Amino acid sequence: MHKNVITRFIPFAVLGLLTVLGACGADSGNDAAPVEDTSLSGELNVVGSTTVQPLAEVLAEAFEALEPDVIIIVQGGGSSVGVRSAVDGNADIGMASREIKLSELQENPELRIHTVARDGIAIVTELGVTVDNLSKEQIQGIFAGEITNWNEVGGENLVITVVAREEGSGTRAAFEELIMDDALIAENAILQPSNGAVRTSISVIPGAIGFLSFGYLDDQTKSLAVNGFLPTAEFAATGSYEIVRPLNMITNGEPDGIAAVFLEFIMSEDGQAIVVSEGYLPVR
Amino acid sequence: MTGKQRLESVVKYILLFSALMSILIVVMIGIFTFREAIPAFRDIGIIKLLTGTVWRPGQGQYGILAMIAGSGLVTLGAVVIGVPLALGCAIFLSEIAPPAVRSIVRPSIELLAGIPSVVYGLFGMVVIVPLVRNIDVPGNTGFGLLSASIVLAVMILPTISSVSEYAIRSVPKRFREGSLALGATKWETLTKVILPGAKSGVMSAIILGLGRALGETIAMIMVIGNSVIIPFASSDNPLSIFLSRARTLTGNIAVEINYATGLHESALFATGVVLFALIMIMNSSARMLIGRGKWEKK
Repeated sequence: MHKNVITRFIPFAVLGLLTVLGACGADSGNDAAPVEDTSLSGELNVVGSTTVQPLAEVLAEAFEALEPDVIIIVQGGGSSVGVRSAVDGNADIGMASREIKLSELQENPELRIHTVARDGIAIVTELGVTVDNLSKEQIQGIFAGEITNWNEVGGENLVITVVAREEGSGTRAAFEELIMDDALIAENAILQPSNGAVRTSISVIPGAIGFLSFGYLDDQTKSLAVNGFLPTAEFAATGSYEIVRPLNMITNGEPDGIAAVFLEFIMSEDGQAIVVSEGYLPVR
Repeated sequence: MTGKQRLESVVKYILLFSALMSILIVVMIGIFTFREAIPAFRDIGIIKLLTGTVWRPGQGQYGILAMIAGSGLVTLGAVVIGVPLALGCAIFLSEIAPPAVRSIVRPSIELLAGIPSVVYGLFGMVVIVPLVRNIDVPGNTGFGLLSASIVLAVMILPTISSVSEYAIRSVPKRFREGSLALGATKWETLTKVILPGAKSGVMSAIILGLGRALGETIAMIMVIGNSVIIPFASSDNPLSIFLSRARTLTGNIAVEINYATGLHESALFATGVVLFALIMIMNSSARMLIGRGKWEKK
């Protein structure tokens, strides 16, 4: 039944064909899929944010070691797909790397949100940029296109090039919510479709600035302090570093069966230890 | 009916089936794309979609004019750079090169068609973009139409070159002989007799190249910057419009489809319908020109 989800990501040519096949397969799939009884065996489908996906995969692996009869299938697709999959039952658990929108909650009041970890978003620049610290207002001005030269924020005379994620990305949505308030990211920003592509672009463009999930920080880019605090797990945990977003798992209604036990496991000490070892911030 | 005849009719139907299958696939892709796009056409409106300059799905604004402009300009750039190069190759291969040279040059050009487009994109990102960045215009990052046009020009070169070579070759030999016999030089024969004779074939080659250029996706995403803006000239020189970043129709779909839902997703399919229509127009006009350019056999 997940053929329908998958087909959205492959080019049109295959798309047309597969949808027909997928439609044929969907009916039989619907009858057989939700095998959830109290003895823990069966399948659990987890679909959504590509930011949460690697974490969910590691958690699933650990859980499967504890419950050998359970198979957890983790798929990407993005935060919006995660929410939608949870709503329409294509997934037992949806993943979203942003807050659930009010509109999504109003349409589906049954949705239950479980924040399983938190993730920081770092403001990074190309290595040659001499500025080390920006205030939230300055960041907003830069990304909105009002501040266009590094010399306006205490740096050298160098044009600022904004690199951002595309519309719909959970990282972008979280950044907009945490930093931009009602301002919009400038239209002439270079848009790249993944954290990795953003990082590469920033590293090759003199004067470039962008935002990356903590997990993608390395020596290709320079991390800026925000309001005086560097983007580290310590500062994020104490709340000094402010650009932190929740990583959510979503269920339609109160979780039951495998989903409930899996979520319980994630929130347990062992589960949260995995969260920390994967480079995310724990919620407990 | 003998066994042989029966076998023949079975084979005939198998072949007919294959032919019908390919038509069916095209029709199905068309119907599917269009069906998914219907909500966008209905809720946004076809005029607003085609002429809107702002694309902010988060704010409910869906205009793809910037992408149409981006696709158009990058294709134009690719044609300006790629067509002279491709024609040069075609003329060289068909009229000038001795067979030994031809047997090396032609396969190398054809090899260009076999390189995966993501490799072109990578090459563009690592080699072309830093080169273009050296052009001293404020705001030039190297990512943009010029880099994309250069990459695209190389990508459409094999298509244009091989189809035009075929067209030039199919100009009857007697035309050449007649022209040379009348005392025309080789250059005069080429420019006044052969090229005009091959004109419609060359035109269709260019249009086929255009179609290829319009449909290119991944290499474009990697070098064009993907900003949703109508390209503009950032200095006094109007040519600096090619240093502007842009987004192509194909890039719009590929960049955003991963995370799109609802109307946003439908608008991306609508982008696909526009692209589909553009490429269909291109290809059928190429077909018309090819049909017109046939020399009657005598």
